[in-house]
Amino acid sequence: MEKLKERNGKVLFSNYTLGEGVRKALSLSRDDILFEVKDSKLKGRGGAGFPVSTKWMLAAAAIADEKYVICNADEGEPGTFKDRVLLVEYPELVFEGMIIAGYAIGAKNGIVYLRGEYEYIRKSLEDFLVQMRKDNLLGKNICGKEGFDFDIKIFLGSAAYICGEETALIESLEGHRGEARNRPPYPVNTGYDGMPTSVNNVETFACVPHIIINGGEWYNNFGTKKSSGTKLFSVSGDCEKPDVYEWEWGITINELLEKVGAKNTKAVQVGGASGICVPKSEFDRKIAYEDIPTGGSIIIFNENRDMLKVLKNFMEFFVEESCGQCTPCRIGNTKLLEGVEMIENEEYTFAYLNKLKDLGKTMQVASKCGLGQSSPNSFLSILENFKDEIFYHEAGVENGN
Amino acid sequence: MLVFEKTSLAEEIEQLIEKYGNARSALLPVLQEIQSKHRYISDYAQQEVARHLKIQPVEIYSVITFYAFLNSKPKGRNIVRVCKTISCDMKNKISIVKAVERELGIKMGETTSDNKFTIEYTNCLGLCDEGPAMGINEQVFTKLTPETAVKHLHEVVG
Ligand SMILES: Cc1cc2nc3c(=O)[nH]c(=O)nc-3n(C[C@H](O)[C@H](O)[C@H](O)COP(=O)(O)O)c2cc1C
Ligand code: SF4
Ligand code: FES
Repeated sequence: MEKLKERNGKVLFSNYTLGEGVRKALSLSRDDILFEVKDSKLKGRGGAGFPVSTKWMLAAAAIADEKYVICNADEGEPGTFKDRVLLVEYPELVFEGMIIAGYAIGAKNGIVYLRGEYEYIRKSLEDFLVQMRKDNLLGKNICGKEGFDFDIKIFLGSAAYICGEETALIESLEGHRGEARNRPPYPVNTGYDGMPTSVNNVETFACVPHIIINGGEWYNNFGTKKSSGTKLFSVSGDCEKPDVYEWEWGITINELLEKVGAKNTKAVQVGGASGICVPKSEFDRKIAYEDIPTGGSIIIFNENRDMLKVLKNFMEFFVEESCGQCTPCRIGNTKLLEGVEMIENEEYTFAYLNKLKDLGKTMQVASKCGLGQSSPNSFLSILENFKDEIFYHEAGVENGN
Repeated sequence: MLVFEKTSLAEEIEQLIEKYGNARSALLPVLQEIQSKHRYISDYAQQEVARHLKIQPVEIYSVITFYAFLNSKPKGRNIVRVCKTISCDMKNKISIVKAVERELGIKMGETTSDNKFTIEYTNCLGLCDEGPAMGINEQVFTKLTPETAVKHLHEVVG
């Protein structure tokens, strides 16, 4: 497929020849690959940041008739669209990453769980897979490697944010409501169809061919000590150049704002609705696992934005998207949204808001999955960081200041 | 539902089961195809699918109600979904909503009387750098203005 625009980056947005990663990988042993990925210190790019080599080693060690490699292309976090760009412009990286994972853990089957909203991308992905089968990059005895069979199919979701959570995703693949499972057992032991399964993000897979070709050490040279490599950032909101960018981990928010042409910025939401809202006073902080970790969603707010409205938008999102299975999340998000509406209508008391903050903290520990555990983040961070604006500005207006 | 409509739907479902198999994991793809053709999955269709997959119809219903893109009630032939999440919201999605509502003479969540359109909100479409964004059926449209949004509506029905 034609590249839609010029992109520049040190790893993902660099030059790549179809098949290079798979051919190199197949000249190595499975263990070599696992150790190369280990040396790269690559962590999962879907948000949780779990070390990729650990997951793959567990899946590789599991003994089973079948194993699965699943690419999580559910990309539903508000403000995230980098996986779409990878799937449209760099499908070879994503698919080859999956093939290499299949080789390393001993799986024959790959599944891409594509969100229903991306149905329009499906055809080009299917066509690309057909071409890869012709090139013997998929199918039997791949690239002449005796005994290594692997194929990939695309499975379409039907619009549910929670299906990005890996166990909910597996439920959905199996034909159920996308309700998160209890963990343990983890998918690496008991995943799709009860078999060992490695679920990884689109971007995670896309990093792998480059790591295999250039080595784990090389990859680890990018970024910071604790956050290796580069990261894709989906930048939207108040700036001149909203887009997907590849930067090294460790970039500060100030540097980022400069690059995308953001002016008069008041706040930056890092990590989407489930992330945190960073106020201006903290714009020198670094985006990295050791400071502010993220799956890559960056939403910029300028001085004219009403942060309470922003918060309300996020809370409405969670009320709609909670799978409803567990009480802290199902009821909790509704209560937090009610709280925001009380503030909006000036019907709140601080005593009640403090109770809601406690409720938010309870949700963070008592919810069954990451959705309910992270949905109070913006409630807590916005009410704390923008309290002057939220609780005080009306008075200023009324006094005619 | 008329008798011949029932038989043709039953045949259609049989073909889908042939294509996807009768394991439970075939459920979503089968429902998606019915949805995309008929714009909803009727009680009868649910019973037929349940029979083939050897599960209770209520299980099918519970799956349909879980996913935003699957419906158990009839909708318009074209489904318009305007993104209401934050980045599109900041790009003035409300003016798109108002333009579409005015043009079709209905409110968000409603279906036109000629059954041509249903309009509804959706959450983030993953096009936040090109907002405001909306989907019409499987297509997406970005960087909308009230004028282009309405133009796309008319283009889709031809
Ligand atoms: C509510 C929720 C939504 C998620 N959505 C996604 C998603 O859209 N894409 C994704 O890759 N991971 C998503 N995750 C994280 C996955 O559960 C899982 O950690 C990830 O797919 C693992 O891949 P990685 O290690 O390569 O990041 C989500 C998690 C939660 C709790
Ligand atoms: S935390 Fe929310 S989304 Fe997760 S299982 Fe509980 S109700 Fe479902
Ligand atoms: S916020 Fe509208 S597409 Fe993401």
